[in-house]
Amino acid sequence: MVEIEIDGKTLQVADGSTIIEAAHQLGVYIPHFCYHKKLSIAANCRMCLVQVEKAPKPMPACATPVTNGMKVFTHSELAVKAQKAVMEFLLINHPLDCPICDQGGECQLQDLAVGYGESASKYEEEKRVVPDKNLGPLVSTDMTRCINCTRCIRFTAEIAGFMELGQAFRGEHAEVMPFIGKTVDTELSGNLIDLCPVGALTSKPFRFSARTWELSRRKSVSPHDGLGSNLIVQTKHDRVIRVLPLENEDINECWLTDKERFSYQGLNSAERLTRPMVKQGGAWKEVDWNVALDYASHALRDVAKTHGGGAIGGLLSPHSTLEELYLAQKLLRGLGSENIDCRLRQSDFSADGKRKGTPWLGMKIADVSRLDRVLLVGSFLRKDQPLLAQRLRQSAKRGAQISVLHSADDDLLIKLTARAIASPSQLPAVLAQIVKAVCALKGVTADPALAGLTVSAEAQAIAQSLASGGTSGILLGNFAQQHAQAATLHSLGRQLASALGGGFGFLGEAANSVGGYVAKAVPTGAGLNAAAMIQSPRQAYVVLGAEPELDCADGAKALESLSKAAAVVVLTPFKSQTMLDYAAVLLPVSPFSETSGTFVNTEGRVQSFYAAAKPLGETRPAWKVLRVLGNLLGVTGFDFNSSEEVRTEALGGQPEFVSGLDNAIDSGALNLTASATGFERVADVPIHFADPLVRRAPALQQARDSAAPAARMNASMLAKLGLVEGGSVRVGGAAAVTLAAQLDTALPDGVVRVAAAHSATVALGAMAGVVSVEKA
Amino acid sequence: MNNQYDMLSPEALAKIDREVAKYPADQKQSAVMAALVIAQDEKGWLSQETIAAVAAYLGMAPVAAYEVASFYNMYDLQPVGKYKLTVCTNLPCALSGGVHAADYVKEKLGIDFNETTADGKFTLKEGECMGACGDAPVMLVNNKRMCSFMLPEQIDKLLAECK
Amino acid sequence: MALIDTINPLLTTGWSKGDAGWSLKDYEARGGYAQLKRILASKMPQDDLIAEVKKSSLRGRGGAGFPTGLKWSFMPKAAPEKYVVCNTDEGEPGTFKDRDLLRFDPHSTIEGMIIAGYAVGAKRGYNYIHGEIFDIYQRFEEALDQARAAGYLGDNILGSGFSFDLFAHHGWGAYICGEETGLLESIEGKKGQPRYKPPFPANFGLYGKPTTINNTETFAAIPFILGMGGEAYLNLGKPNNGGTKLFSVSGHVNRPGNYEVPMGTPFAKLLEMAGGMRGGRKLKAVIPGGSSAPVLPADIIMDCTMDYDSIAKAGSMLGSGAVIVMDETVCMVKALERLAYFYFEESCGQCTPCREGSGWLYRVVHRIEHGEGRADDLDLLNRVTDNMMGKTICALADAAAFPVRSFIKHFQSEFEYHIEHKKCLVDPAVQRAGSGFFKAGAA
Repeated sequence: MVEIEIDGKTLQVADGSTIIEAAHQLGVYIPHFCYHKKLSIAANCRMCLVQVEKAPKPMPACATPVTNGMKVFTHSELAVKAQKAVMEFLLINHPLDCPICDQGGECQLQDLAVGYGESASKYEEEKRVVPDKNLGPLVSTDMTRCINCTRCIRFTAEIAGFMELGQAFRGEHAEVMPFIGKTVDTELSGNLIDLCPVGALTSKPFRFSARTWELSRRKSVSPHDGLGSNLIVQTKHDRVIRVLPLENEDINECWLTDKERFSYQGLNSAERLTRPMVKQGGAWKEVDWNVALDYASHALRDVAKTHGGGAIGGLLSPHSTLEELYLAQKLLRGLGSENIDCRLRQSDFSADGKRKGTPWLGMKIADVSRLDRVLLVGSFLRKDQPLLAQRLRQSAKRGAQISVLHSADDDLLIKLTARAIASPSQLPAVLAQIVKAVCALKGVTADPALAGLTVSAEAQAIAQSLASGGTSGILLGNFAQQHAQAATLHSLGRQLASALGGGFGFLGEAANSVGGYVAKAVPTGAGLNAAAMIQSPRQAYVVLGAEPELDCADGAKALESLSKAAAVVVLTPFKSQTMLDYAAVLLPVSPFSETSGTFVNTEGRVQSFYAAAKPLGETRPAWKVLRVLGNLLGVTGFDFNSSEEVRTEALGGQPEFVSGLDNAIDSGALNLTASATGFERVADVPIHFADPLVRRAPALQQARDSAAPAARMNASMLAKLGLVEGGSVRVGGAAAVTLAAQLDTALPDGVVRVAAAHSATVALGAMAGVVSVEKA
Repeated sequence: MNNQYDMLSPEALAKIDREVAKYPADQKQSAVMAALVIAQDEKGWLSQETIAAVAAYLGMAPVAAYEVASFYNMYDLQPVGKYKLTVCTNLPCALSGGVHAADYVKEKLGIDFNETTADGKFTLKEGECMGACGDAPVMLVNNKRMCSFMLPEQIDKLLAECK
Repeated sequence: MALIDTINPLLTTGWSKGDAGWSLKDYEARGGYAQLKRILASKMPQDDLIAEVKKSSLRGRGGAGFPTGLKWSFMPKAAPEKYVVCNTDEGEPGTFKDRDLLRFDPHSTIEGMIIAGYAVGAKRGYNYIHGEIFDIYQRFEEALDQARAAGYLGDNILGSGFSFDLFAHHGWGAYICGEETGLLESIEGKKGQPRYKPPFPANFGLYGKPTTINNTETFAAIPFILGMGGEAYLNLGKPNNGGTKLFSVSGHVNRPGNYEVPMGTPFAKLLEMAGGMRGGRKLKAVIPGGSSAPVLPADIIMDCTMDYDSIAKAGSMLGSGAVIVMDETVCMVKALERLAYFYFEESCGQCTPCREGSGWLYRVVHRIEHGEGRADDLDLLNRVTDNMMGKTICALADAAAFPVRSFIKHFQSEFEYHIEHKKCLVDPAVQRAGSGFFKAGAA
């Protein structure tokens, strides 16, 4: 620690701190543009010049390290003169078009110009004009306003992991741009809008729609991936028109993924269901709530009466709130059904009944950043949990060793230490090799089932990295959890973690992947899991917030079973033609923005939020709809007056973190002998197709990440089939689909990668398994 | 094309490899300036595709290579004539006729700075200090050949030499 | 070829044969590489070597004049990976000495760099050579090949156990790379945008490793200093201003060229060596240390001696030793306009005051030169320069400001005349004749 003085106030700060950090600690504001606590120091805007005793020149507070006894003056004559000088330079080529600038009212330059600018400029020469760039569907540019602080450039290079923006040319001609003709395609691009201190980079979807002071704002929580990023949801006339990050260092830091930021457009989709609808005599009719609820309750009661409660299945979206999931399972159980599941994309449920508790991340999200050795097993991390990928990217830079075991080798934009890429059927065996190698390195007795394994060089390299010291973490991604031998991967992962004495966990796929367990939205006893209730068709289904054809592991089969059912009651914010085909009644329920509720994130953190906007049309919060359904069906214990009451019952109190989190499992004999003949399908869930809300966000649907699915194979597989890139491929699963062939050099042999959750590939059926592939 | 850098000849790639070898193994990007010069020599100028090819070969972000190509002013981001003449007009040269030499060339070729003759033979550029002020006026031919004491006779001789 | 004249030739001893005397055998015949051999054979302690350089009072020849021995002593001893970098990015208008050093005697720089590598414990070096002198870059590469073949570079040099290799890196047209941290960025394959200091290169230099950067002339002096002893070298010059210095004399003199003279030689003597004023015209002004140095009017410079202290006392800088001589045919507004344009073009664009201010300065001076000056323009120029100076990462903003301030300071009436009469004080025909480009009488 060193002692310094800022504006006459003495304080102790950590060695190596900069003046601006010290001032921040003291609550002293130093004007700045290029400085950002999460980015490298550029010291180029020069706005933060301050006076330092004994220094002949003003010093940049962002870049000047404190020294013991240093005296800093942030508002002395010298400092203010320097700051005003810089402000004058910043403004001479700035267009001063605040009245037509989207940043107006929330512009750092505008704010600081009030304090440090003159009322008129002495600059009477010609002003600079900089051509705008097309950065894609999300970020709009007005480059003449750019003050060249380079925050955006540093963000792409340092946080997003790939330098998509640069500063070309020099001097006064310097301009920020992507490589000629390129757009900014990172899944984190929207953060550029927040980072830009002026109106050079603004939100394309939000552009020209409102002034900041016209907006109402509410804190909220992201309904998408398992992190539960904190949001500020902004509305105008009860319509969500912007979402910004709410800084939470423990979760999303100051970032949001594009999905979290721009999915709000889906809230205003034309496909919003705004009135209850029932199908009568094959025709859909909009009806009053009373009629619809009556219809729904009768339908369910009839099936329960005739066929027993077990004839009803509940497919619940893990993006639903804790309260919704809790009431849905309570309703179904009240009807005598144990067929309840929110793990819609899972295919191996053999761990059910063997788990000691709720599977979770196994550590705090912030602790992921502290891991020194990481193995990611079966994870499309950059697209599935982008902000966790961001954390590991920073970890790798500070020296953490990150390794990957997966069936694809997408560039995570993280410096990897080792990797093993194997077909899905081989993943358990390779993970077992890693376990064996680590046990050998650590002198731990390995599971006898591993005795016959030969450790490959790749597995050995991963093992050596993991065993080389520091805190380790084994993290199973969405792909591993959706894997046909997910339970084996689970057991092996735990064995590995225990041999290392490190952490083990699951990366939460959805906002309530953990919350679903807590809400008991999983089957018990003889109840059917999500796959089973699709494989063995039910007479009736309750679908909550999901589109099973896109959200289930086997969409084709799900659709078939739903179509055959006597009654499908769907609680949904959206309607689709598919839904109209299979459903009997559609109940319009609120998306996250129009209801109060709770998400329990992947680290078990309980995050509740209020509605940010009034429900659209006749939409009602799902918890209220379920409560009324409970009452109508005479299920006991349905007398809730608020979502808080539901939450309290579901959680047994008001904890910050849920209890019962435990990744332990009674592992039976390991099954490592799986083999596959023919092409194994590797299915990713593209980032902008993962849930019903994001699928309906138009700007995101134009992003590069939303490209139509292709049949991706490595070069030798393409050659084997006589295919060229772009040529047609027929992929046969449950049914055949024709796709364009695409080269993906990172894929292993014997694998075809076809994205799931997309209408173009639903017909294929199961996400995991063997498919036929041939030239079309 | 198998690789993004196939557009560069094996000879050019071999030259780039020699440059790469000068730097530590994990610092290939250090060779980007030389590599862009080699590519420019081969292609005549640096198109978007050429810059992308160099970036791919050195494993760097294309925009990082573009930053370099646009920062240093001897890279040509537009096609130039067969002979690019760069005349230094900075003060020490100007004191000994640098500006006049440029004017003389302009008149002879009928072009201004940053223009190319209709036959595609000459492009004229205004240069900054070349570090040869004692030889003023100086000019560069195609970036690599320095011509000293460029008084009218010498300029006439040079232009005649350029076939 | 630049003309050469010397008093006490040292660095220029090898230049007499012109382009015929640069190769390894010529250098060895002049006693070249003897110092390296002596140091390696005697296993001279690094501290002794640095002490000898300190004793010489050699100051950085690139412009800043920082004591070389002191700079070397800043290098952390324990660091496993260190670099020695030579700055031959000679682009300061008026400077052309390093070009001739590498052209006529590249091995003295190579030997100096190897010795520096030994002194600071570096195993690798780079010489960054100005892009515009590509033929010199090629010659240097050839010289490196010769040195490598002779065993002066590479692993286990002359069986000493000391290893050092050296490579040439060329620029491609950016003045800012002459700034040492901009140069390091450029070697790393980036734009040459200077880095904020601290950390200084001695701690965080090339690739983030401790690095010593010196000018070509500084390295070239090392073998000579070690040959004659630090004290003898110091005594060639004057206290705190040791040794000889190369001065690049350009502009309105009869014999522009490089002149090696002892520090402290009167300016008048240097002017005389350069053949005196062209056409016998009257001296008007001199920029004594490259274009970034404040201009000095004739009466002041004629009283100066050529060393760091005397020139500083007169209100300018010795800088790189580039002496730009201007006679009475020069319009000072036009001269400043060209310099202002240079800094406007060469600003790297990183820091706000320089990026925005350099263009502002140029545009105002351009207006004045083109008859559109306004009464308050000189105050405006002074205010803008005041707002630029000392507020940026590197010194380019200051370099852009110094000429503006000094030209106005010393030639205010000429600027005022321009503003008031919308034309040059010096008749355009006189200006035209001054360059010597046109034969007398030609149109």
